[in-house]
Amino acid sequence: MSDKSINLTLKIWRQKNANEIGHFETHPVKDISTDMSFLEMFDLLNLHIIKAGGVPIAFDSDCREGICGMCSMTINGNPHGPDRETATCQLHMRRFSDGDTIVVEPFRAKAFPVLKDLCTDRSSLDRMIAAGGFVSVNTGSAQDGNALPVPKQDSDLAMDAAACIGCGACVAACKNASAMLFVSAKVSHLGLLPQGAVEKERRVLNMVAQMDKEKFGSCTNTGACEAACPKAIKMENIARMNRGFFSASLTRR
Amino acid sequence: MASTGFFSSSIGKKYLIGLTAIFISLFVFTHMLGNMLLFVSPEVYNGYSHKLLTNPLIVLIELFFLALFLTHVLYTIKTTLENKEARGQRFTITTSGAKAVTFSSKTMIYHGALIFVFLVLHLLTFKYGQIYEATYNGVVMRDLHRLVIEVFQIPSYVVWYVIAVFLLGLHLHHGVQSIFQTLGFNQPRYTPAIRKIGLTYAWVVAIGYMFQPLYVFFFYQQ
Ligand code: SF4
Ligand code: FES
Repeated sequence: MSDKSINLTLKIWRQKNANEIGHFETHPVKDISTDMSFLEMFDLLNLHIIKAGGVPIAFDSDCREGICGMCSMTINGNPHGPDRETATCQLHMRRFSDGDTIVVEPFRAKAFPVLKDLCTDRSSLDRMIAAGGFVSVNTGSAQDGNALPVPKQDSDLAMDAAACIGCGACVAACKNASAMLFVSAKVSHLGLLPQGAVEKERRVLNMVAQMDKEKFGSCTNTGACEAACPKAIKMENIARMNRGFFSASLTRR
Repeated sequence: MASTGFFSSSIGKKYLIGLTAIFISLFVFTHMLGNMLLFVSPEVYNGYSHKLLTNPLIVLIELFFLALFLTHVLYTIKTTLENKEARGQRFTITTSGAKAVTFSSKTMIYHGALIFVFLVLHLLTFKYGQIYEATYNGVVMRDLHRLVIEVFQIPSYVVWYVIAVFLLGLHLHHGVQSIFQTLGFNQPRYTPAIRKIGLTYAWVVAIGYMFQPLYVFFFYQQ
């Protein structure tokens, strides 16, 4: 353990419930070990708040190892903080300097209503998955490894897209609150593999229809999503989805 | 089920904006090349414009471009409003540092709007402006050259013109490469090249348009 510790001023979004208008609350936090993760710092802060008889700050987290996509904080305007390919739980306090002021907000979008403080309701992402982000053909019991040939390149691209943890940072980063990076990751991940390819037209049509229904914005190719994505999902996926959507719209009956 | 039509979906709207942008980008390029004839001679300059205007299909072509421009403008306004609505409450701060995006990409609607204002004024000044006549080899035609020279002597007009074409450059800076992404062309093999070509295209067009007003204002002698 390093013995280095820093003091910070945190300006944190507080909001009692979905209907209340929120506000920023300032908390000076002392003696933060630089080995702490951003979430551990919040644990520390909450401990102090509880001790002082206050209401702790609500925030989402689960795995704390960058794989579940729950931790959702916009740190100084950047979803998941300043570093690329890093989820909030993987962000360490050594990234900040003593005396810094940090503004922390929830992941914002019309489709992500704030439930409390930093917690948002991101079930709109789940509803898009439910609209088509699955494979409904029964793949049966395990087959011989070579029965279903998958080109290496396709499996690599599919696996890269499958890395999406559904955190919603792409939506929060986008000036249009577009969910296209997320949807395109699912469309690519399933559509590039033989089991998922069978339904790829239906999938892209239904998922995009649901995306529009959830009132996400439309992409203007700023690239904010790609930059904010903790899993380095590429905009190439959006181009693939656009092509797929175009051809599926042409050929559907 | 997906029941709505292609062009009312979020991706379909972007397709329309991208498709119309192809024609507009090509149009601004050829227009810029045509302007270069100013440096050849008044006769060639006027002759070129005369040829275009006496083309029997000109009305059709003009209507086609009007439709393109209006589609592009109306659909971008529509999606911008929808996107503003989707964003809801703004961040107090926006992405920065390693997560920043280009200035041109986040300001498209603003330079777009200014370019539209410029376009209208530009048509009023030139296409529907003062009509002078000139005769070459017995053919009477509009002396556009004279009008251009006159207009580009006005300092405020030159400043506004140069700013407007700079904004056009900024718009194309994001716009040209964006067309490819929207229409589904993004592949590590050629996307870096598309980026470079898009940027070059944008600034060749913008700087190309700056030559005539600056030349006339600073160097032209009657
Ligand atoms: S694409 Fe990236 S930013 Fe968007 S939900 Fe998936 S992991 Fe999060
Ligand atoms: S808490 Fe699971 S990804 Fe951060």
